[in-house]
Order: sequence, then C-alpha cells, then structure tokens
Amino acid sequence: MNKKLERILPRVQKPARYVGGEYNAVIKDKAQVDTRIAFCFPDTYEIGMSNLGMRILYGVMNRMEGVWCERVFAPWGDMEEEMRRAGMPLFALESGDPIADFDMIAFSVGYEMAFTAILNMLDLAGVPLRSAQRDSLTPLVIAGGTAMYNAEPVADFIDLVSLGEGEDITVELVELHRKARREGWSKAAFLRAAAQLDGIYVPSLYDISYHADGTVKAITPRDGAPAVVTKRIVHDMDKAYFPVNTIVPSTEIVQDRVMLELFRGCIRGCRFCQAGYVYRPVRNRSRDLCAQYCLDACNDSGYQEVTLSSLSTSDYPPLTQLCDQLEPFCESRHVNLSLPSLRADNFSMELMQRLAKGRKTGLTFAPEAGTQRLRDVINKNVTLEDLLNSCHTAFAGGYNAVKLYFMLGLPTETDEDVLGIADVAARVMHAWRESAPNKQRGVRITVSTSYFVPKPHTAFQWEPQITREEYERRVQLLRENMTTKTVTYNWHDGQTSFIEAVLARGDRKLGNVLEAVWRKGGHLDAWEEYFSLERWLEAFDECGVDPAFYAYRRREKDEVMPWDMISSGVSRTYLWREHENAVAGVTTPDCRTHCNGCGANKLVGGKCDV
Amino acid sequence: MSKLRLLFVKEAQASYISHLDLMRTFQRCFPRTELDIKHTQGYHPHPIISIVLPLPVGQSSDCELLDFEVTQDSDGSGIAEKLNTGMPTGIRVLACYEARRPIRELDSLRADVTLEYDCGVPENAAARLTALLARKELIIQKRTKRKEMADVDIAPMIRNAVVTADGHNVFIDITVQAQNPGLNPQLIEKAIAAYLPELTPDFVRVRRRAILDGNGQDFR
Repeated sequence: MNKKLERILPRVQKPARYVGGEYNAVIKDKAQVDTRIAFCFPDTYEIGMSNLGMRILYGVMNRMEGVWCERVFAPWGDMEEEMRRAGMPLFALESGDPIADFDMIAFSVGYEMAFTAILNMLDLAGVPLRSAQRDSLTPLVIAGGTAMYNAEPVADFIDLVSLGEGEDITVELVELHRKARREGWSKAAFLRAAAQLDGIYVPSLYDISYHADGTVKAITPRDGAPAVVTKRIVHDMDKAYFPVNTIVPSTEIVQDRVMLELFRGCIRGCRFCQAGYVYRPVRNRSRDLCAQYCLDACNDSGYQEVTLSSLSTSDYPPLTQLCDQLEPFCESRHVNLSLPSLRADNFSMELMQRLAKGRKTGLTFAPEAGTQRLRDVINKNVTLEDLLNSCHTAFAGGYNAVKLYFMLGLPTETDEDVLGIADVAARVMHAWRESAPNKQRGVRITVSTSYFVPKPHTAFQWEPQITREEYERRVQLLRENMTTKTVTYNWHDGQTSFIEAVLARGDRKLGNVLEAVWRKGGHLDAWEEYFSLERWLEAFDECGVDPAFYAYRRREKDEVMPWDMISSGVSRTYLWREHENAVAGVTTPDCRTHCNGCGANKLVGGKCDV
Repeated sequence: MSKLRLLFVKEAQASYISHLDLMRTFQRCFPRTELDIKHTQGYHPHPIISIVLPLPVGQSSDCELLDFEVTQDSDGSGIAEKLNTGMPTGIRVLACYEARRPIRELDSLRADVTLEYDCGVPENAAARLTALLARKELIIQKRTKRKEMADVDIAPMIRNAVVTADGHNVFIDITVQAQNPGLNPQLIEKAIAAYLPELTPDFVRVRRRAILDGNGQDFR
C-alpha cells in the first residue's frame, strides 16, 4: 500500500473507504491494458457505491479487452485535508495510482449540488479545471448522469457529455478514444468525431448567444455537431448488462443490499418528476431473468436483502408472480425483499404486508401535495381515499409508524393547499385510532416537506420556484396549523434547494460562479456540513450573476432554454401541453391506460413496452 | 449442533475494516459454506458469531479467531476453502475447526511493533526503549469508556519485549496481556511520547503474530 496513504489513514474517519480491495473489485495487470479509466463519483464512497448506474458501467467497461476502469470517490473533509497536506493527488481505489495519468476521467453526476465536487476532484487530481486549459487528448474529462440533462453550468469544465443510458455509448466512446490515441489525433479532432456519435454532446462545439435581458438568444452548433443531441437508451432490457458479480463493500454503504432493477422508465407522468420524463420509455426486464439475477447476485454477494428497484416498482406487470417465484429461495436463504417506494394503493399494500414478514417498522408514502386539486395539478394520481385505505390496512396489520412526504411551492399552490397537508396528517392519525388493534403502543406520524425545485425537461421547466421568504412563510403556516399530537413535522432548510434551483436551470454563465464557490472552499456542497449559502451569494455577487434570474423567473413559452440542444426523447410540445393541463388542473392518464404521445416511443421504434 | 472456530489473517487493505464491518463481511460469506449458522431468536434474528479479541483498525494480524455455532454437526473441514472464495483482499481463513478450548484460557498476545524514523533511528534508541519497557511503572493517558482521560499503568501488562533496530526502523517483539484487561501494543507509542519524547517515531506499525495460552503455547 502507498506509504503516504498508510500514514494518513490512522487520522481519518472510516478509512476503509479509501483503500479498495473489496470482494469483486476488478484488478488488472497494467501491462495488459492500454486504456485506463478513472470512474469518478462526485460524492462520498457510501453514496457512490450505492449507485446502480455506477456498478453497471464499471462492469461494462471492465468487460472490454484492454480497458481497466477504476473507482474514485470524493474524500470527506478530513481526508481531503490530509491528502492536500501530504501532497497526495487523487487516486483510484483499485490500483492506488494518481488519476491525472489516466486516459479518461469520467464523472457520474446525479445531483446539481455535486457540481463543485467535480471541480474539487479535478483539482485534487492535479488536472486543470477548464476544458480549454487541457490541450492533450488525455486525460479526457467526461460526464454523464441525470444532472447532465442540463450540463451548461459545468460546460466549461467537461470535455464531453454522454447522455442517457451508458451501456452502449460508453463502449463506442472508449473505442473511439483508443483509436484517436493510437493514431495520434488532436483533442480537437477527437471531440469533433465524438460529437458524431449518437448521444454525445460536446459543449465546446456550441456557441451560445444571449439577449440583453440575459436569456439565451441562440445555440449554434459548429464543425458538424448536431443541433439536437438525443439521449441513448438500452432497447432490450433482457440483453442489457446486469452487474451480478458486483463489488461488495467491506464497510457499510447507504444501499447495502442487492439492487435488482426490474424495469426502466415510469408510466405515471408526475409533472414535477425529472426522472419520470428523462428515463422514458418504459422497458421491462423479463421475470425469469430478474429471478435468475436475484439468485445469482445473492449467492455471489451473500447479501440477505434485495431491493426491487425501479421508479415505481408496483407498476412492474409480473411483480406478484416474481415475488411468488422468489419465495422459496428467500425462505431457505433468509433473504428479504423490499420495495423502495410505495404507491398508496391496495395492490402495493398487500404486497408490502407479504414481503414484510415479521418486520413491521414504518411505511413511507409520498402524497406530495395536501389537496386533491394540487395533486391533480402535478398529476400525482393518488387520492386521499387511497392513502387512508392504505393506512387503515397498515395500522390494522400492526404498523405503528407512517412517514408522509410533501413538497411546498408546487405551481399554483395556495394557503389552502398548504393547510391541506395538516389535514391529511390529522386524517391519518384518525385512521390509526380507528384501525390500530393495540393503541398502547402509540403511533408515530412524520410529515416532511421539501422546497420544490423546478427541473429541466419537465412540465414545470417554465415555472418559477417560490422565493425563500415565501417558502419559509408556508413552512411557518403549516407549523402553526399542525396541531395533531403525535405528528412530527420536519421541513427542509430552503438554502440548498434554492441553489439547486439556480443550477438545475442554469446556463454557462454559472461556470464562473461554480469556480468562485469552489475557490472559496465549496468542496462538497451536497452535504449540509459543508454547504454555505453565504459562499454562494458572495460568488454570485462577484460574478455579476443574479440567482433569482434562474430560480424565481417564469420562462416564456417560446424562450430558448439553455439545455435546448439536449433531448430526452420527450418533445417540448408534449411538455408544454402537460404544463397547460397542470395549470387547468386536468390529469393525464398513465401510459398503460393509453399513450399520451410524449414522443419517447420513437426511441424504441414506435411501440413502448407498457 | 457444532461450535466452530476460524483462524484467519487480516492484513493489507483489510486491516482498515472495522470490527462491526468485519462481522458483516463474515456473515455475508457464510452462505458459501452451506452451513446453517445459529441465529438469535426474536424479530430481528442475527447470526451468532463473535470475533475473539477484536483487532484495532489499522493493525494487521496472522492469528485472528472467530467463533460461531451451526445447527449441523460439522468438524469444520472444507469450510476455510469455501469462505476464501468470497473474501476481500487481505482476509484469508487458514483453518476451521471445532472450538474446544474456552476463550478464557487465552492469556497473552505477541506482536511486532515497528517504529519508523524517516531521518534514521536516533542513537541508542534500542537500548533506551528496552529500558523504558522494563520499567516497573509506565503511566500513560488513556481514554476510558466514559470518554474521560485517565492515567493507566501499562507496565504490569507487558510480559516481555525485545528491541532491535536497523537504519530507519526499531523493531519491538512484544508480548502483552491479552484480556481482562488487554493491552493494545500501539499504546507503546504513547509511553514513548510521555517518557522519551525525543524518540517519538514518524509512524508505528503493529502486526499481531501469535495468541498464547498461560504456558506460552499457541492458543487455538
């Protein structure tokens, strides 16, 4: 082991995060590979190792002949300090080698608040921050992940963006880069060629011009780059790589279990949900294959918990049959199946009861809004009746804790909607009184509200975020009216969500802000411990950028959005139609009921697998 | 039903795996053995396994022991090989056998403590450290379970120490009391800082070499 690292480790928290060596970590002979890839997650080990996409692409790249893909995570503050003091550059976990010498540095970015961590990791690696400062073909700095559906705030730092699901495009890109290195292309020539691959967005090949009011005037591609880059998807989930023999961390991570992905996409069409739009269309993995992967993954990893993962697991058509099929194995091996999210309908409840076995701790529902009117606006097609029925069943079955998640600041929200949240909580409490068989045990009802952040590529991409002052007023209003005893009310602090809203719909002018925030010490802004609003406000001020312009402004219907060169496959016409339906309070049925014509079906040749 | 014991090595990257995480790592590996581990009763059954003398994070060991119970009759043969197919780098099970000797017969442990001096070993270091470790009283400050600092005399817990040196390292082959209470050999660093601060090393490395019974024989 590296001597510098060995001396640092006794002084840092959870040193096992920084040494690698886990079961199934891929070790290759350096002499036998010609492509070294540093796969970076701009957050801690515990978060990054819980990301299924990271595990899939790690497997995909390491399956390639001559390619060694290694993992890199953001060090926690104490480790970063020690590394900088010891002059130790950011290294990859598998080999311990500094990543500045690698051929590619690839970031998986799921969250806007991780942007500053990207800059910090590049700096820790000893790599110049800006794409323009890096002349060489290596290391090539690339990024993908959900937050890259608007990559503009980080456009100056990243050489190229891979859009959508990476199983196929990553291989094509790595091969092209290998060819470019072999044939001695310039970085510019490589980027021009990469821009011709479907799903690759090269920010430096697009000129952005602005109106006097700061909005985008035009996006002009150069050197043959496409006007619109459409995301890539896996067409057949049964042929898609699944990481059966995946790394088993030796230290506890957030999702410390087998993650079995049943399908991609979501039929529901909640209008606030970016994932619901950008992961379209729905593609199911066949039941037998899911069952086989479950067995193989449990046998290899030794995990005794499996989460049936997807955006809305109860919408997997053969879910009951899959659970039946897995039951004997789960029984004999003491394996528990769990559902990550629960729709408040009867089907989910029955299934939940079955899976829970003896463990009846708590249930979580996300009604998102306090009144039916507002739930119709956001197209969260769950009724209060559904929710209360589910709660009755749960309480009657012995559950004594329910968590309810809501958002404050959804478009068209009024005080009545806010107070509706308190009413929902009171009714859930009432349901407990009516249904609980043993009231001595008491009940815990927790209501949590977050501060709504409008996201690009959603029906609400035109909408303003409510101001922080208004958000705080609504929190206060709800606090005062949350009078039911035994209901605990938690609310998010509005500061992070405000910055998230700025970045989510930001443009390239935010690049300077990100760098300024990073220089002031913003290294791990996704963590409250390290986030500082002051730092951001100072940086906006110094860069002459008004954050309200991004967070609080209503966009015109035809305004050019900074991310308009990127398509998730869902048409802008459809999003606008959904926006108008939202304002009118008209709901849209789920994709299984009938096709609403979002456009994503074109990605799979016309017919979705609903 | 059988009570089994594992003898294993913990080194390299695995020396940073904490006690709790190590338990989890073993739990995940047990299904490979097809043995049915005895679980506790109740709503949250968990396997009955225990690691004897948990090793402090960062230290290596040639001789860790883990006890567990299985519902079948087994003498442990073939188990080590099966477990080794699923272990992280740095953990290697050497043997699995029936646990016959009670843990209370474990008396002392022998460790190699290496003191690294980047600018070379100070003059007479070996002789002075030998004298230090032979003192009748060796008081260090140690954090108690209540998180307060307390003075502890570690001299009675040191059974034997042989100190040698080369250009940049001092090697202490030390035998210390293993339990009730046990002495972490790493604490020698504190004794040096307290009594011979000029001999404070740049880094201390500890590797457990043997666990011994009252007669100085390997405890298995």
